[in-house]
Amino acid sequence: MNQENEKQTLGIVVSGSLNKGIDIRLDSSACVEDMAVGRYVTVEGNKRRFFGMITDISLGVIDQRLTLMPPDISDPFMAEVITGTGTYGTLHVLPTLTIGGDVTSLIDGPQPVKTVPSHFSLVNLATQEDVELVFGKEDEKRFYIGTPLDMETRICLNLPELVKRSNGIFGKSGTGKTFLTRMLLIGMLQKSAAVNLVFDMHSEYGWEGGSEGGHKVKALKQLFPSKVAVFTLDEESSRRRKVSTDCIVKIGYDEISPEDMALLHQTLNLTEPAIEAVYQLFRRFGKKWLQSILEMKDSDETSDLLKELNIHESTYQNLRRGLATISRLPFLVPNSPDSPVQRILGYLDQGINVVLEFGRYTDITAYILVANLLTRRIHNQYRERMEKAIGENIAPPHPLVITIEEAHRFLNPGVASQTIFGTIAREMRKYNVTLLVIDQRPSGIDSEVMSQMGTKIICLLDNERDIDSVLAGASGRNELKSVLSRLESKQQSLILGHAVPMPVVVRTREYGSAESYKGFASAGEADIKKQAEKDIEELWY
Amino acid sequence: MNIRMDNAQRLGEVIEASTTDFTAQCFELFQSPPLGSLVKTIDESAELFGIVCHATTASLETGRRPIARGKDETNDEAIYQSNPQLLQLLRSEFSVLVVGHKKNEKLYYYLPPKPARIHSFVYLSSTDEMKEFSQSFDFLNVLLNSHLLIPTEELVAAALRQISQVFEDPYSFLVTAGKELAILLGGDFNQIKTIMGKLKQ
Repeated sequence: MNQENEKQTLGIVVSGSLNKGIDIRLDSSACVEDMAVGRYVTVEGNKRRFFGMITDISLGVIDQRLTLMPPDISDPFMAEVITGTGTYGTLHVLPTLTIGGDVTSLIDGPQPVKTVPSHFSLVNLATQEDVELVFGKEDEKRFYIGTPLDMETRICLNLPELVKRSNGIFGKSGTGKTFLTRMLLIGMLQKSAAVNLVFDMHSEYGWEGGSEGGHKVKALKQLFPSKVAVFTLDEESSRRRKVSTDCIVKIGYDEISPEDMALLHQTLNLTEPAIEAVYQLFRRFGKKWLQSILEMKDSDETSDLLKELNIHESTYQNLRRGLATISRLPFLVPNSPDSPVQRILGYLDQGINVVLEFGRYTDITAYILVANLLTRRIHNQYRERMEKAIGENIAPPHPLVITIEEAHRFLNPGVASQTIFGTIAREMRKYNVTLLVIDQRPSGIDSEVMSQMGTKIICLLDNERDIDSVLAGASGRNELKSVLSRLESKQQSLILGHAVPMPVVVRTREYGSAESYKGFASAGEADIKKQAEKDIEELWY
Repeated sequence: MNIRMDNAQRLGEVIEASTTDFTAQCFELFQSPPLGSLVKTIDESAELFGIVCHATTASLETGRRPIARGKDETNDEAIYQSNPQLLQLLRSEFSVLVVGHKKNEKLYYYLPPKPARIHSFVYLSSTDEMKEFSQSFDFLNVLLNSHLLIPTEELVAAALRQISQVFEDPYSFLVTAGKELAILLGGDFNQIKTIMGKLKQ
């Protein structure tokens, strides 16, 4: 405890700029090998305190001759004398927040930095209290996501703020994106910030998932059975995995619209004229277009129709081949008795999160088709309701977060303007719908969509283009870049954006052990209790 | 005050003085303090501190040089026994570089307003005085900037070696002093290296 409270002086500010960050000369007492990129420091300026993050560490000598004729370091006396005097370490720190010394600024809390500390200001390692002051304590709005490097303090995300904008979780395969997402979904569920609709490509979020170590980890439904509904497209797979599902989704042919086909043109290998033909056929047959085409025979009647609509034979064949692929998907049926959209909306309205499992249908065609189709309709409903709410002054619908994986397939520059996800990412914040995008190739996502992301949680990325694309527009990009490329491949992530006051590297909270479940569940119980008390109060007074 | 001074080791008497340094003659032949010792002399107004920077033993008369006398003696000590007058014809002197002074119980690491008085006694500093004086390394700067017959590196190293002996942990004292030197000498790494080499005991 004493160690936590004790301030460790690192050195003094010697140069720098607001733009590029400040340089700190390390004291001879501080060992350069103990420093780590991503750790926090406080700078005690004359009038205010600054809070920043170490982004680079370098070595310096006062005399260049030292590098040409190195002293005999095997002599401990020489080594000790030279360390910190002839040779020294330099830290490069990116100041991000400042706290003024007067009373009003203490109340306002940390503010974005607009200046740099004066020369020779003292620099300390940030203490637990400093970090707590900046990131806040866990409460009914803030969700504990992890700890900073080498510290025990909890870093909390402000979830109501988070869900106001679209967010992204990025990282290479196997860096813990799924674990992070699971945790974030739990957070949203607990802090009641929003309801979630998860398009669960690999069936990992609903009932249970696996870890790389091979053991199974519980997912949402097991932890919060009353708050999560699992929908499935593949009944058999769910049954085999012993998942208790709430609904089996079957989609009727008549629910598929030409826009859905336009989106699939890449995966189904459809030509431009073929997409055009879909629209023509839709105009001719209406909602039954898909069934009508599939039922067409190679007869004179057909060729007459094609001639009439001015569709070339090869285009027609191309279209038929594409549609045949779709019609082979077992969850597509000529006539569906109920509408999955209404079922999903019904659950979401009650504040129950919906996880849609894809079972065996993990190929991207099915995923894009279903996600796009359902989301478009849900989006329309939300838009209507929101407009109604504004017009009639009634409560707006629950904020909705739609979670999609492999997002670059929906949001690449080629299709982002066409898919509903592109629209949501750009403008649906006002209609209470936002996205949680999970992806391993952020460079594939349209830059316009990326720029609208409120908060980005980034695990290790090592492709230059991916790093550039996630950090585009962030202040101190170059510094963050070096932090990002040095993340460990597991359980570490860089969070930046709207929900955190400054970019932060966290060691992600433990997930998967009995102890961790207890942590999540107990926080949930407290919420339930609080909600119950509130309900009682409202009922009686 | 005089009682205290009597207890301290009396080394000699000032016979030549200037603002920056003074020379003292030893009371006993060959009994000059080691090079680099911290010594002091007392004036009416202040105590002057200095570092022994040079020592000589020579004939009383500048024109007369000693001659070799030991051809028929068995050892060199026997020369003095058979020529007892020699002890009266030779004298030992040492020079002291003034590095600071103490006035009203406060130490100042710069030159005193007045030089030492001729015929005032020179004492070896006590352990406590050495510890007190070496709390600051400002005196190193005076040593480094002096122009003497011996190389400054020799003098600095000798002074630090002498002072370090009064500490329980001479090594850590030398490391601190070394760091101070490294800062003072900044660009001149070779000089630091030379001094470091001479500090090792």
